[in-house]
Amino acid sequence: MKKITKYVLLDIIRNRFILAYFLILLLISFSLFMLEDNPDKALLGLMNVVLFIIPLVSLVFSTIYLYNASEFIELMLSQPIPRSILLSRMYLGLSLSLVLSVTLGIGLPVLFYAPSIQGMVLMLSGILLSVVFSSLALLASVLTRDKARGIGVALLLWVYFSFIFDGLVLLLLFQFADYPLEIPMMVFGMLNPIDLARIFLLLQIDMSAMLGFTGAVFQDFFGSVIGMGISLLVLLCWMGIPLWIAIRKFNKRDL
Amino acid sequence: MIEIKHIQKKFGRLVALKDVNLSFIAGETIALIGPNGSGKTTLIKTILGLVIPDKGDILFQTKSVLGQWKYREKIGYMPQIGRYPDNMRIGQIIDMMVDLRKDTINRTDEELMESLGIKSIMDKPMRTLSGGTRQKVSACLAFMFHPDVLILDEPTAGLDPLSSEILKDKMSREKDKGKLILITSHILSDLDDLVTEVVYMQDGLVRYHETTEILQEQTGEKKLNKVIATLMNRHMEKV
Repeated sequence: MKKITKYVLLDIIRNRFILAYFLILLLISFSLFMLEDNPDKALLGLMNVVLFIIPLVSLVFSTIYLYNASEFIELMLSQPIPRSILLSRMYLGLSLSLVLSVTLGIGLPVLFYAPSIQGMVLMLSGILLSVVFSSLALLASVLTRDKARGIGVALLLWVYFSFIFDGLVLLLLFQFADYPLEIPMMVFGMLNPIDLARIFLLLQIDMSAMLGFTGAVFQDFFGSVIGMGISLLVLLCWMGIPLWIAIRKFNKRDL
Repeated sequence: MIEIKHIQKKFGRLVALKDVNLSFIAGETIALIGPNGSGKTTLIKTILGLVIPDKGDILFQTKSVLGQWKYREKIGYMPQIGRYPDNMRIGQIIDMMVDLRKDTINRTDEELMESLGIKSIMDKPMRTLSGGTRQKVSACLAFMFHPDVLILDEPTAGLDPLSSEILKDKMSREKDKGKLILITSHILSDLDDLVTEVVYMQDGLVRYHETTEILQEQTGEKKLNKVIATLMNRHMEKV
């Protein structure tokens, strides 16, 4: 059954989009490092790429790919192949190709200009975000039959996690400004994979001072080994739970 | 070999299959006929597990197929409209199918690939193929792995007369090997000498399931399409 992953990967590579994605990441990373003398500043710029572009591309590319693979899915399911294996292998192939682009596209320049812990954490966040958002895309495309609606849902998810969620958190923050909100803020951070990655990165790049007192609490929690472990676990849940729901739904779906 | 028990399926408000009970034995060739939208393709897809029934059960060699996949090894399926990944070539698709099933199959049946002339166009991309050529590819894949059961959805609909003869020839040879063949078709004259049983469906229900001899006797007609026409007329009068 490993062969399914092989064919999905082959298909994605033939698609050439993933190659373009890799080249663009490479171009952005290299030019950021070349424009800035201080590699730490360049890392900060690269952080925004990781936090905005990677989720967006992972969501949209995965959704479009899964819709375009409907023929492949139909062909495979009339063969002796279990549905859950097919979908999980397709997810594996998809996320693997995205991870490969991020690892090479961001990893190579980082290795070249800023071979530090911060650089590695940045690359790791990019990888985790790719994995999480392709899982969410899988869920979106299993839940909606219509291609346009599926892509709409994917974009909405991106807007939600990138902008709306932060707005809501800010609103809460102002409403309950009189209360100590450090612990709730940490929980809110867990509810958004992008926020989780951002907090992680800011702590590593030593920008946590900008976060004020909350930053100190974050540093206390996320800086500790247990905190790191927990937040990594939460990110893995962000990958695993949508994947699990998607497979369950897919098992009951008509083709 | 295949037993269908009280299968029901709704698509939203539309009832595709009301309460279907059928059983098929190896060695038979069954023609599944009925007007458009009578639930033939849905029935076939439930047997394959592509459509999940709301109620009822399907037994394949006495085992339930619901949620199963292994039994599909023994089924060759030719869809009504074969949909294939656009950016792959014929050869790549066929190689992929063989590669995926290499562990369980040691020899493939490439007879149709020769006789339908697929071998000579292996490097054509799927998106450039005409409907008929796609049908041929589907046919090759259905017969490829020596299945015990062949499920053919409108097998001859898009084929030219010569290819359609080749396919029918192949079907009758497989039938002689004792395989169960399930065909849906509108072109009944095609099936005259092949079919041993007729299932007539309408509005998601099985109206008749008889051997061809009995139907011929009942209607006094010899040709299959006359037989069916008489049956349909009779049914209309009843309603």
